[in-house]
Amino acid sequence: MAEGISLVLLFLGAVFMLLASIGLARMPDVLMRLHSTTKSTTLGVGLIMLGVALTFDDFAIGVRALAIVIFMFSTAPVAAHMIGRAAYLSGVPLWKGTLSDEMRGHDFESHPVTEQTREPDGRQP
Amino acid sequence: MTYFMLNIALALAWAAFTGNFNPSNLMIGFILGYLTLLATRRALAPSDYFSKVRQAIGFAGFFLWELVLANLRVAYDVMTPQYHMKPRVIAIPLDARTDAEITALAYFISLTPGTLSLDVSTDRRTLFIHAMYAPDADTVRREIKQGFERRLLELMRGDPAKRG
Repeated sequence: MAEGISLVLLFLGAVFMLLASIGLARMPDVLMRLHSTTKSTTLGVGLIMLGVALTFDDFAIGVRALAIVIFMFSTAPVAAHMIGRAAYLSGVPLWKGTLSDEMRGHDFESHPVTEQTREPDGRQP
Repeated sequence: MTYFMLNIALALAWAAFTGNFNPSNLMIGFILGYLTLLATRRALAPSDYFSKVRQAIGFAGFFLWELVLANLRVAYDVMTPQYHMKPRVIAIPLDARTDAEITALAYFISLTPGTLSLDVSTDRRTLFIHAMYAPDADTVRREIKQGFERRLLELMRGDPAKRG
């Protein structure tokens, strides 16, 4: 029973990671490539680690699997956010099918890509 | 926080008495410990630990459901030849005020496939996100505000005086 469940989890995890990789090649602009890769990979790793933890049901392995999941889930969105923001602010064009862009023309001069968010004198923007 | 520590101590005690530190046995110990604390809460100091646990489980369930749904939608688009995306960059007015609240909201938006937080405006009142499936901008705005933001703020705010 437990073996069957972990088989299904491992399989689904692998499928999500495969789809994420295909998505990286297929999606039309930077932001949508990010959608495809970072998030599906996160879910894929989560499922695989859950499958691993179930297979062994051992404290030492369970803790390691949990640590891997925590690190994946805490780093992937941050990286995606930084790449997406840098791409947008440095003017990488959006896909032609993009319906609207409410960020266009917004004033970001106080925190451009290359500088810290806060002013040098420490005051809040 | 003391209640949480107590609950963990009870879980470890359960694992020690049953002589088995497997993750599944620790989980059983944690659930039993929670029920024990729930049964004896009138004898202990008042705390919002119990409602927080319920809210956290509710939020985790809601979030995992959203995560799977959104993943399936992106997966479908990757597999089929046509593009079904309706991407927009959307401005979301923020009710979250502190750094921690804004960070948490942006984090959960980024973690969900199909939405990615791009930037926070200089006055920290607007969050800009990129949504992959947004035929209508107002629907997405409402879903984020009433789904993620409302639940997250419920979980993160709460009465500091009663925190256990």
